[in-house]
Amino acid sequence: MGTTNIKIKDFLNGDKNMTRLLIVFAAVFALCSLTKGSMFLSTSNFQSMGKQFPEFGLLSIGMALALFTGGIDLSIVYIATLSSVIIARLLPLMVTETATDGTAYMMVIVCFILAIAVGIICGMLNGFIISKVGIPPILATLGTQALFQGFAIVITGGSTISGFPIQLSTMVNKLVFGIPVTVIVFIICAIVVGFILARTTLGRQLRMLGTNPKATEYTGLNNVKLTMTSYMMSGILASIAGIIMIGRFNSAKADYGASYTMQAILIAVMGGIDPNGGKGNIQGVAIAIIIIQMVSSWLNMFENVSNFYRQIIWGGLLIFILIFNYVINVREKKAAMKK
Amino acid sequence: MSDSIIKVTNVKKYFGGVKALDGVDLEIKKGEIHCLAGENGCGKSTIINVISGFYTPDTGKIEIDGVEHAKLTPKQAIASGIQVIYQDLSVFPNLTVMENLALNMELADGKKFVSKKRMREIAKEAILKINFDIDLDELVENLTVADKQLIAISRALLNNAKLIIMDEPTTAITQKEVKSLFKVIKKLQAQNISILFVSHKLDEVFEIAERFTVFRNGKNVASGDTKELDQNKFTYYMTGREIKEEPYAYIEKENSKTILKVKHLSLKNGFEDISFSVKEGEILGITGLLGSGRTELVETIFGYNKADSGEIYIEGKKAVINKVKDGINYGIGYIPPERIKEALFLSQPIADNISITRWDDFSNKLGVIDEKKVNESVDEWVNNLSIKIGSSSDPVRTLSGGNQQKCVLAKWLSLDLKVLILNGPTVGVDIGAKFDIYKLIKELAAKGLAVIIISDDLSEVLTNCNRVLVMRRGKIVVETLPNEVDASKLAALVIAD
Repeated sequence: MGTTNIKIKDFLNGDKNMTRLLIVFAAVFALCSLTKGSMFLSTSNFQSMGKQFPEFGLLSIGMALALFTGGIDLSIVYIATLSSVIIARLLPLMVTETATDGTAYMMVIVCFILAIAVGIICGMLNGFIISKVGIPPILATLGTQALFQGFAIVITGGSTISGFPIQLSTMVNKLVFGIPVTVIVFIICAIVVGFILARTTLGRQLRMLGTNPKATEYTGLNNVKLTMTSYMMSGILASIAGIIMIGRFNSAKADYGASYTMQAILIAVMGGIDPNGGKGNIQGVAIAIIIIQMVSSWLNMFENVSNFYRQIIWGGLLIFILIFNYVINVREKKAAMKK
Repeated sequence: MSDSIIKVTNVKKYFGGVKALDGVDLEIKKGEIHCLAGENGCGKSTIINVISGFYTPDTGKIEIDGVEHAKLTPKQAIASGIQVIYQDLSVFPNLTVMENLALNMELADGKKFVSKKRMREIAKEAILKINFDIDLDELVENLTVADKQLIAISRALLNNAKLIIMDEPTTAITQKEVKSLFKVIKKLQAQNISILFVSHKLDEVFEIAERFTVFRNGKNVASGDTKELDQNKFTYYMTGREIKEEPYAYIEKENSKTILKVKHLSLKNGFEDISFSVKEGEILGITGLLGSGRTELVETIFGYNKADSGEIYIEGKKAVINKVKDGINYGIGYIPPERIKEALFLSQPIADNISITRWDDFSNKLGVIDEKKVNESVDEWVNNLSIKIGSSSDPVRTLSGGNQQKCVLAKWLSLDLKVLILNGPTVGVDIGAKFDIYKLIKELAAKGLAVIIISDDLSEVLTNCNRVLVMRRGKIVVETLPNEVDASKLAALVIAD
């Protein structure tokens, strides 16, 4: 008992941000349970939360990666929509009416792979413009955001595409032992990215790149390759989010998920990723995702709180967290200097 | 009236439990050039902040021109004629010279609208005071550090300065610029303005100051006439330990290998037709003014720039160096001049700053890092270089300049180097740590490493190198041995045009 206590204490002491997040998590959970107990604590609520968060969760992790390296990816949501509309166009062509169930599943998987390839290409384009051409990330990805959205609009002709083979939605909306398969996909992605950042050479090099790109250059790291890899990873996560999106809505449209960009930044920053780069971990982001999902579901339970208020709430929260983190950082720096 | 512009008696200032000033005295006479020296953390900055009214001392007396101030405010200090020129010079790079000079006055007068005409008059008056010849419409960001410094001085004079405090004014400027700065200082002295000159370079202290004060750990350790000082005493006062500086004794053996050879190397707008070689065990010094191409040259050898023409040979074999990684693979390590901007990851742990060059060696095929190997290597190098740290997981920011520089050294030494290039190795490094670094470099060279030191500090070059190259305008103009020249002769070679 004693040793585990010490371990937990050490673990939390080493990461004050994690402690704060867990406290917020507990507080939000308590608030939701106390005010909307029967609704919030129901199995169906948890299942519906599980269906909702993986797509913006994956986008948030992608955003976290970009922020971690000292950049930002404003195009991430549009990589997701571009991936989904490409599936929407290709899948009906590939699965004919006479196709067997098995071939249909095969074709769905082929489409998923193609969607991920789209994510890789988009991410590499971002990384290339940022590191090789030298455009600041915020402008580069603002540009590619318009570009990717433009492609999506042209592909869809601006309207909603639907009417896909049933296998697509069956696959994405499957439950495994009562858990949505998308949650499992999210967990796998979070663990893989978290592991890469924390334990591998690549992750550490990305952290150093996010801290001081000039110094990584003088230390012989390949900044171009690192930046491209990082945005490529964001692109892959985005296209997986796109796959989940099309499966969940069983339709695709060029402006699905438009509000996710801000939400993804909010979650990444709330999860402890320093927007100036070089600090944070995926565990924190994962907890922030759950917190935001809880708040979101809780808000849904009030009939008179319109969806339109959401923007105000997320925006206000983001600004609050940025100021809060800034104050904490200044304090910690002062404390460290005194030591 | 008093004959001292400032007299500080038994001032104490504590921050929490830390004694920043533990009962210090400092007296500066009118029209005197006074040098204040001491290692980092000795209380130099604190006393400057006390004199300029930013910190209120816990106890002690401050008299300015005979008037005692119980609670000196920055406003009072300025009104009494005290001006501080900080190391960063506090100029606005995006404004013109005129605006930089006149803005303070305009603001102080509470003017709502800007009159260009009036500003020009104020600015002209300012530069005339030190006969400073400069285009008033030039943007300050286009000026050299030395010119920015003169702007800061002119601006101080506009406020009727009686005491100008200069915090390490010579660290970022070249030898030639130091000379002209000293001329300006002498001119100010002639106008009965006192100067408090913060520096640890003894030759400068000798040249410019009449009296000196040395602080150590928040206490006075010595003060008096600079004529009584010599290098050993000065170093002892600052560090509290005896440090002997011995020139590097290089003995060329018959079978000494040539490690690095450069043939007709050129880089456009950098340097032209450079050829030289370095043998194992040699410490080669390269000096020259900023812009002489010395930094471009070594950064090209390292792979940061790509040469336009010419060849580099490592141990007799032609080396193809197109990028930094190539340079590293050939066993070249490089310590860039701007430690904080170019070499360190300030917010990251000490361990990561040291081990970054080895992660590939310490990870498996999937890139997963073996923490145990990393920690062992970090501990080994912290130990080897006696880097003073708390825990290797602390951010490198928490270390002193000297220990930070040792971390940068460790990063390179943990690789199996053949050539180590140090560009300004001891800029902003405490005198104690400085000698540690010199000693280390000599030991490494003695073990067979080929070392190149680029430095502005000519005595540093002369006491640590066995051969010196002087560069001017992208070319090597002189090759000399330390026993053939002294610092002033070498300075003449550097400047000569």
